[in-house]
Amino acid sequence: MTISRKDIEKVAVLARIQVDDEQVSALEKDLGNILDLVDQLSAADTESVEPLAHPLDAVQRLRPDEVTETDQRAAFQAIAPATENGLYLAPRVIE
Amino acid sequence: MQWDIVIGLEIHVQLATRTKIFSGSSTAYGAEPNTQANAVDLAMPGTLPVPNEQAFRYAVMFGLAVNAEIERRSVFERKNYFYPDLPKGYQTTQLARPIVGPGYVDIELGNGESKRVRIHHAHLEEDAGKSLHEAIHDSMGHGMTGVDLNRAGTPLIEVVTEPDMNNAEEAVAFAKKLHGIVTSLGICDGDMSQGSMRFDVNISLKPRGSDTLGTRTETKNLNSFRFMEQAIAHEVERQMDILEDGGTITQETRLYNGDRDESRSMRTKEEANDYRYFPCPDLLPVVLDDAFIEEARNSLPELPDTRKARFMDQYGLNDYDAGLLAGDSKLAALFEETVLHGKDAKLSANWILGEFSARLNADEKSVAQAPVDGKQLGNLVARIADNTISSAGAKKVFEALWAGDNGDVDAIIDAKGLKQVSDTGELEKMVDEVLSGMPDQVAQYQNEEDPKKRKKMLGGFMGPLMKASKGQGNPKLFNEILARKLDG
Repeated sequence: MTISRKDIEKVAVLARIQVDDEQVSALEKDLGNILDLVDQLSAADTESVEPLAHPLDAVQRLRPDEVTETDQRAAFQAIAPATENGLYLAPRVIE
Repeated sequence: MQWDIVIGLEIHVQLATRTKIFSGSSTAYGAEPNTQANAVDLAMPGTLPVPNEQAFRYAVMFGLAVNAEIERRSVFERKNYFYPDLPKGYQTTQLARPIVGPGYVDIELGNGESKRVRIHHAHLEEDAGKSLHEAIHDSMGHGMTGVDLNRAGTPLIEVVTEPDMNNAEEAVAFAKKLHGIVTSLGICDGDMSQGSMRFDVNISLKPRGSDTLGTRTETKNLNSFRFMEQAIAHEVERQMDILEDGGTITQETRLYNGDRDESRSMRTKEEANDYRYFPCPDLLPVVLDDAFIEEARNSLPELPDTRKARFMDQYGLNDYDAGLLAGDSKLAALFEETVLHGKDAKLSANWILGEFSARLNADEKSVAQAPVDGKQLGNLVARIADNTISSAGAKKVFEALWAGDNGDVDAIIDAKGLKQVSDTGELEKMVDEVLSGMPDQVAQYQNEEDPKKRKKMLGGFMGPLMKASKGQGNPKLFNEILARKLDG
């Protein structure tokens, strides 16, 4: 399977990563190799195999519905780039 | 051209758990910003989610209440997108294996018919935080978005229907029915003004009778039944205008502004996010055993349909009144409390659906916020039923109760002097006095042959009688005595 420059540019936009033309060429090769590896896996016959949601053969433990957390806003906001009136601030997003 | 309207709904229901779906932070509404957002909710490195058992129990209860299959092996996936109120950069949700499979809900329509609306599935997921865009600036004066993550991680079930509704009435009836179900189950507080239930409406039009669905739009985040009804009317008209002008509908997400009755495009399909779902490696599959599901089944409370049938049977209510009272669990509880104290079920129903509901609407209050409770209403009903007060007097008592000056019905009746005189001897004396002072009217009445006109003329004596009794004479008894004396 091959990956096009357009695919790489789209994935970069979705992941909010800036890549220049040179990097795209390198990524085209690297990601192409990875996809080839996936193709090899795809060749295996999985007809009678149940799809796997998690590599561990275990079941999720659940937690009782009890409040266990206390307010630690001051500690968290001490390491935030910007806060105001208890809010975390981020560059403005307009819908 | 005649058009068929096709509507499907997606409903986000906030589950009334004490804590978040993947962390032990409180979900209580109205706390100071970010005081209920812990390391897991903030997506701090090294943290891991641990799912809340109660969220699964609630989702299973919902599934059983809408006649759905329960998926015993639930898998969580990551839905990836960037937004400041989503700290992890993905929403943990379900896609391939939602916990609630296909089910259905029957709705009642205004014409007395019922209709089945199929539920495609319902899945568990986490809510995002809240973004505030107003009046926040950094030190350079650049506009900033403020983020409150208290809501981030609140458990939701997203209910997705099949496109089985064909007009706003059906969509609203379904929404109200679903509201009645989740509040009766106690899995959601149902407070739409606080965003506890939010509706997305998918609408398309097709030429009448056609089998091919038209292009649909999705109007998002409607948080009241009234806005939902308006938004549907608005969108149907917008699409009809475009189609009748020979245009085509763009598949897009729209936002509706209920205060202005306007909508605008939020994003089109081309711009639609590619969410790159994949199974969440932080969470193992959740497996629910038969015992868990049976326990949930046994804990199911009475649901609106069953309650409606019981109200008709036990209290002799008609279909319409029973449906209204039974549809909302809080209203139903208030009704039963009222009957407990007031005895007269029909009168109780009339007061709750009449005066009480009108005041709720006028003051934009929910049943839980009403200043009058079932015991007070019941005592009021009892005093109307035993003729202590007239219905006009009862309205005055109700106003006093609502204003909250005094909570005791009998004390209000005494204080306001609203007690009716029902002593027939005393009333008879008043009638004699009033009639002797109105000989002309009495003669006129007795010379009138048309019974309809006579009845009307009888009313002419009521004013002076009520005056003579200082408004406290029992009008029903006055009427009886008048008729006896004048006709006899």
